[in-house]
Amino acid sequence: MKTLKIEELSKNFGATEVLRKINLEIDEGNFLVLLGPSGCGKSTLLNIIAGLETINEGNVYIDDYNVSKVEPKDRNIAMVFQSYALYPSMNVRENMIFGLKQAKVSKEKIEEQLGKVSKFLQVDALLERKPSQLSGGQRQRVAIGRALVREPRIFLFDEPLSNLDAKLRVEMRREIKKLHQQLKTTVVYVTHDQTEAMSLGTNIAIMNHGVIQQNDTPENIYNKPSNTFVADFIGSPSMNLIKGNLKQSSDKISFVVNGSNLEIPINGYDFKEKSNLNNKEVFFGIRPEHIFFKKSNDTDFEITLRADLSEYIGHEQIMTFNYENQEVLAKFPSTIKIELSKDTKLYFDLTQLSLFDAKTEERI
Amino acid sequence: MQGSLQSSSYKQLEQKSKYTNIFLRWFLYFVLILFASYFIFPLYVMIVTSLKTMEEIRQGTLLTWPSGLNFDSWAVAWGGRGYGAGDTYLKPYFWNSIKMVVPAVFFSTFIGAMAGYVLTKWRFKGDKWVFLFLLFGCFIPYQAILLPMARTLGVLGISNSVIGLVLVHTVYGIPFTTLFFRNFYVSIPSELVKAARIDGAGFFKIFFKILLPISKPIIVVTVIWQFTQIWNDFLFGSTFSFGEAAPIQVALNNMVLSSTSVKEYNVDMASAIIAGIPTLIVYVLAGKYFIRGLTSGAVKG
Repeated sequence: MKTLKIEELSKNFGATEVLRKINLEIDEGNFLVLLGPSGCGKSTLLNIIAGLETINEGNVYIDDYNVSKVEPKDRNIAMVFQSYALYPSMNVRENMIFGLKQAKVSKEKIEEQLGKVSKFLQVDALLERKPSQLSGGQRQRVAIGRALVREPRIFLFDEPLSNLDAKLRVEMRREIKKLHQQLKTTVVYVTHDQTEAMSLGTNIAIMNHGVIQQNDTPENIYNKPSNTFVADFIGSPSMNLIKGNLKQSSDKISFVVNGSNLEIPINGYDFKEKSNLNNKEVFFGIRPEHIFFKKSNDTDFEITLRADLSEYIGHEQIMTFNYENQEVLAKFPSTIKIELSKDTKLYFDLTQLSLFDAKTEERI
Repeated sequence: MQGSLQSSSYKQLEQKSKYTNIFLRWFLYFVLILFASYFIFPLYVMIVTSLKTMEEIRQGTLLTWPSGLNFDSWAVAWGGRGYGAGDTYLKPYFWNSIKMVVPAVFFSTFIGAMAGYVLTKWRFKGDKWVFLFLLFGCFIPYQAILLPMARTLGVLGISNSVIGLVLVHTVYGIPFTTLFFRNFYVSIPSELVKAARIDGAGFFKIFFKILLPISKPIIVVTVIWQFTQIWNDFLFGSTFSFGEAAPIQVALNNMVLSSTSVKEYNVDMASAIIAGIPTLIVYVLAGKYFIRGLTSGAVKG
């Protein structure tokens, strides 16, 4: 039994297609993050799960029940919003028990739930305050509390941290993570922040233009991006995508960048399919953090590139190199001194390599 | 050398700026006082005249101070002289107006709030057109609807009655009240409604429990606007009612224009002030919210 299952779901607003044939599944207790740039349809998908948007095609199942046409209140879900959406005229207590009162839960049960949750979230001292008298972090906590008291099957979070300042955001992120570890409820979480997605999710679904690009564990998303969009979206700075061709002879495969003769041997790469590789146009993907200034592994490939630009950001520096007129970024500790406009010896960690077809932009 | 030259010219500039500032400040006060007196003058004449006897009015000028606080003319304006036919006074018409203005303001405000709520939080196909047509209502001149409205009231059998006037003012007010509430609710995040829907609240519960309690500023704006419009209305009142069903502004007009004997300026002035007092009270009580409501939504927080 899947806690949440989405089947062939499509949605359009007039002529604009927002979601195209989405398929998703979440197991009990998992934390799924929907990640993507703004306008990719991730919030619409969340609203559809909540029942706040209608569906054009496809179905949504919660615990194997088809809830596609079920009212939001009967779906056994709770949602935390970006603006917190606390009812301004009610105090914290009334805000938290509003849903239970609507559901006609008995007074004793309401008090019990309220006491438990408010203590758990440390808002029990704030119960008589109005939302306008709370700080951002407190509002966030009350919003989560309002969702918790209902003991839902699935928690939906719609960019809950993006209204907080940077420091508080990191704190609240940790609290949400702790909360999930303690309660082990199923969560669907929408964000455009990759750090949030990476640190919170047990699964991440990356979306773009209404299509799920990759749905995988954070490790696989980072190490084995399934296409250039994912490779580019995850990581900061994002993965270098160097354009060139593959060369295959007997059992040797290598990569040659446009306009150069230097062959980078990639025999160790785990191809999906090992046929028709010769002369294939590809993107050679390597992350800035996998380029070193010192040889650390036997498999590292030595290459000499000219340094063009240095960006100092405290604990590290981002260097831009020129590789046959393509920019290659590398991340080094800030203690290392590299002279600009000079050839520098670099080492590519080829075990961390990704290759993409230049035409389909898919991983090969 | 150059340094000292520069510093002396800075000194001059400093002096000059000081004098310019002083001059501008006095000029500003002068203009403000001028405009203020321009507005206060008629009020002064009205109050002073209403406290004089006819004898004093004939002998003194407009600006002469009254000999004492003499409220006789106010009593006449409010309660009449006590003889039968032809004695027009404001009291019954004042209550007519109250009976008209209270329900009309209530219904138009309530319907406008509902309409604004639906147009922003329960969007439907074509809602923009509905709003556009409602806006048209704001621009239709009063005179254009007189005939069709008279016919409608006749068919409904409520012409020349307070109920008829309540209907006219409610209907005519809806475009304005809807506009006010729509613009207010547009600035309220829709997430609030979504949260309430997930919590299990329905259409009316969301309106009464969540949106209405935070609508105070815009309710005040709407009430002031509608109260002023309806209380001060003369055209609808004089067209759709006559005799005993007339509102106070029509009665005021009848009093002032139809007196057969000598013109009693003191009674006329007292009547005009009485007719204007309710609007003043509303402004004084709610004016603070009025400004706040007009600017809310313009600036966040």
